[in-house]
Amino acid sequence: MIISLLAGLLVFLMFVQGGQSFIFSLPRNDMQRKMMVNALGRKWEFTFTTLVTFGGTLFASFPLFYATSFGGAYWVWMAILFSFIIQAVAYEYRSKPSNVYGTSLFDTFLFINGSVGPFLIGVVVATFFTGSDFTLDLFNRVTWGSGWHGLEALINPVNLLLGFAVLFLVRVLGLMYLSNTIDDAEMAVIIRKALARNAVPFLIFFLAFVAVILTGKGFMSSPAGEVTMVKYHYLHNLVTNPLTLIFFAGGVVLVLVSLWLALFKNSDKAIWYAGFGTVPVVMALFFMAGYGDTAFYPSTAALQSSLTLENSSSSLFTLRTMMYVSFIIPFVVAYIWYTWRSINRKRINSEEMNGDDHMY
Amino acid sequence: MIENFDLSLVNWSRAQFALTAMYHWLFVPLTLGLSFILAFMETIYVRTGDEIWKRITKFWMTLFGINFAIGVATGIILEFEFGTNWSNYSWFVGDIFGAPLAIEGILAFFLESTFIAVMFFGWNKVSRKFHLASTWLVAIGANLSALWILIANAWMENPVGMAFNPDTARNEMNSFREVVFNPVAIDKFTHTVTSGFVLASVFVVGISAWFLIRRREQMLAIKSILTAGIFGLVSSLLVAFTGDTSARTLAKVQPVKFAAMEALYEGRTDAGLTVIGALDDSGERIGEKKVHDVRLKIEIPKLLSIMTTGKGSGYVPGIKDLVNGNPERGILSVQEMMNRGTYARQVLTDYKMAKEIGDTESMTSLAAMFEDRDFVDNYFRYFGYSYFEHPWQVIPSVPVTFYSFRIMVGLGFFFILLFALALWFYRRQSLERNKWFLWLALLSIPLAYLASELGWVVTEMGRQPWIIQNLMPVNVAVSNISTGTVQTTFWLFAVLFTALLIAEVSIMVRQIKTGPKQKEE
Ligand code: HDD
Ligand code: HEM
Ligand code: HEM
Repeated sequence: MIISLLAGLLVFLMFVQGGQSFIFSLPRNDMQRKMMVNALGRKWEFTFTTLVTFGGTLFASFPLFYATSFGGAYWVWMAILFSFIIQAVAYEYRSKPSNVYGTSLFDTFLFINGSVGPFLIGVVVATFFTGSDFTLDLFNRVTWGSGWHGLEALINPVNLLLGFAVLFLVRVLGLMYLSNTIDDAEMAVIIRKALARNAVPFLIFFLAFVAVILTGKGFMSSPAGEVTMVKYHYLHNLVTNPLTLIFFAGGVVLVLVSLWLALFKNSDKAIWYAGFGTVPVVMALFFMAGYGDTAFYPSTAALQSSLTLENSSSSLFTLRTMMYVSFIIPFVVAYIWYTWRSINRKRINSEEMNGDDHMY
Repeated sequence: MIENFDLSLVNWSRAQFALTAMYHWLFVPLTLGLSFILAFMETIYVRTGDEIWKRITKFWMTLFGINFAIGVATGIILEFEFGTNWSNYSWFVGDIFGAPLAIEGILAFFLESTFIAVMFFGWNKVSRKFHLASTWLVAIGANLSALWILIANAWMENPVGMAFNPDTARNEMNSFREVVFNPVAIDKFTHTVTSGFVLASVFVVGISAWFLIRRREQMLAIKSILTAGIFGLVSSLLVAFTGDTSARTLAKVQPVKFAAMEALYEGRTDAGLTVIGALDDSGERIGEKKVHDVRLKIEIPKLLSIMTTGKGSGYVPGIKDLVNGNPERGILSVQEMMNRGTYARQVLTDYKMAKEIGDTESMTSLAAMFEDRDFVDNYFRYFGYSYFEHPWQVIPSVPVTFYSFRIMVGLGFFFILLFALALWFYRRQSLERNKWFLWLALLSIPLAYLASELGWVVTEMGRQPWIIQNLMPVNVAVSNISTGTVQTTFWLFAVLFTALLIAEVSIMVRQIKTGPKQKEE
């Protein structure tokens, strides 16, 4: 539950990555690029920290998943991590004198992180539905079937669908965020054009992915722990769990509303609708993959090695401890909200960029 | 079941982890200490309203930001490496070890990253008070994150607060309190954060000294030296004190590491503390391990016994006693521990077998054993020993631990002197005249990093071959991937991190040379 919430937030916050992926295509001049980078740069830490916390929570709650997926799908995860390492330094270093490699290399880092990162994360999440090639032995040690260690997920077209869907989604979110933060007439026009070009592919890829998994076979796990492939299993999960259904439908509606607002109403507030829509949709996807007698990290090599919420979770004691800790989350969200507001009260414009405050 | 591991895989995985951890640690201590120094400086600014303090704060804050970014970049990789490279470990202990990591994210990292944004971008946007509070919260957040990760790390050195669950074949947490208040965790946290304070203070004093050498920004430099000097002096005294308490705890929970630090082979009463010494191959061997003689020794009589037992006549076991056993002193031999561990593992395997064939009767009786105090305390406790083939495998590298430890401690006392001198010259207003001292301060910066890294070398190399003391040796913990894969990522990390380090140092040096911004808005 917390995990899926964090995952939802993470996808929302990846608007930073989405924005970064435009670093070369969107701005018409250096000032515009500077505004864009600074608008995004003030938020990158949130996304990053959410990713880190997401990892930590996974480790604490589903150690077996942590061990299986990271130790097995080694290369995909490494690729994702590398893209985040280079991001972390890029903002701070890009415009500093003597940065050795020049601004454009650091901007390229941002671009790579902005595009490859979300795409691969989408691909990895898709394997929750399509399965991976691993086996576990009696002592739960993982053996990965493919020597590609996770990169083989890239040849499954269904995984690619979600990869692209996430990529375009975060690009759309990134644009909406920029239009919300930057106060510049010329950029507003460019952003709106780009928005239309990215919203369409997002919808296509996303709907295609949803269609494929809902109509295809799912990994069902019986209460006794036996895993079998059942047609329409995810569709069944979606419609029989009211919470999932509400989250999914509500979220999709919100995202559509946001697109309509941004494209046809020129609203710069669309990011809020899109953001609050994205979170429940992602949560619903995780619910579909995990709840209702389903193996959430299925193995195609040996069905019985598949991980279910029950067989991979921590002990009750740890989960309870984690639950107490998670009571702090609302408090954390509250102070983040407060500081976010106090920093963003003024929108970014070219004047501020010429001032001499801390700047990227 | 798990023996068929390739040694080079283990070593490459260790090398990769050590590489990334040591890079991370290049940046973390400065964050830990400098964040507090910033908070002190800004407090003075808000109290006095004197603009010079704002300039000082902002100058050091720029350096803080440059360091912070790369600290974050190197940190994320460590967290995920537990999964990618030590997946068996993650699985075996995730139940306990994961919790502090998750809490770290929720409690500490968010605090830090949220208020860091205010700290950098909020000067003209929020009130002075709120800005000051943010700076303090960044410092607290950074040090909280150290707290949680060190709790996790301490647990590996001294696993507490858990019970083994035969059904899942792993350890499960049963007392969060014990995990948090682990004595090792307390020592580790206090020693490590204060060592970070020392490092940051040396950094600030050293760079300020450079300004004085160049006769630039004298005001800024002298005021910075005062702030960092006081902080550094207090912290360096605390470092020595907490280092001493760490060593005492160590003698209890990891006697082999302790003996290795002292290169003590034969257990002794009235043991003296070696202050300086050089190791020499004595020609003798324990299994395949060399036995070293300590030459050129300067020793303080009885001090080691006093430190560890409280009495000059106290007994300190040596490596030979710990390996071969010493019935007189009630020390079990490693061979005996291996036998007991093997027995415990046999019980576990029998249990798994019984479960496999549905033999409920044996299952209940075997499961009951894991509840039995005698079995848990005297047999299961040595589970990890069942993976060894020879008793001598429990001996870590003696020279590495011995020398690293001596250099760290020596530098620790040197820093106390350094800060005392800095404050002394400050009072006499003669900092600028004592060029030799300014150079000494500047050159101490790398020494602080050296001491800090060597501290970890003592800790982590000294606990070899264990990844979790007495429960899991490193070779069992490693992920089942090919050596080539790990080699590739090792080199990728080495190249990437080195490239980033070069950029960081270059930017940092440039910012220092440029000095603080001339005009204040
Ligand atoms: C600026 C750095 C610095 C300085 C001057 C010192 N230390 Fe230290 N020491 C560390 C930085 C450090 C560290 C990096 O923080 C370590 C590594 C792991 C840990 O817990 O702290 C450490 C570990 C460490 C350990 C091993 C703990 C373990 O294995 O769990 C001992 C026994 C000491 N220290 C003792 C001392 C003493 C007696 C010092 C005398 C002044 C001293 N240290 C100075
Ligand atoms: C940031 C400071 C740290 C430094 C510089 C550091 C340094 C090292 C070094 C030198 C090794 C290699 C030992 C060897 O394999 O021969 C190592 C191994 C390891 N350390 Fe640390 N360490 C640090 C903090 C931590 C913390 C906080 C943890 C746990 C939370 C940790 C967990 C490990 C693990 C799992 C290994 C690999 C297994 C092993 O070789 O024992 N380290 N570290
Ligand atoms: C081997 C275990 C370790 C892991 C897995 C780890 C993990 C991380 C991660 C993921 C980050 C980035 C957090 C962000 O998004 O802001 C980070 C930063 C940080 N870590 Fe570590 N860390 C380890 C060792 C340590 C140790 C031993 C300390 C201190 C004693 C420490 C203190 C910090 C601090 C203060 C930061 C934030 C400041 C900075 O990045 O410079 N870490 N760590």
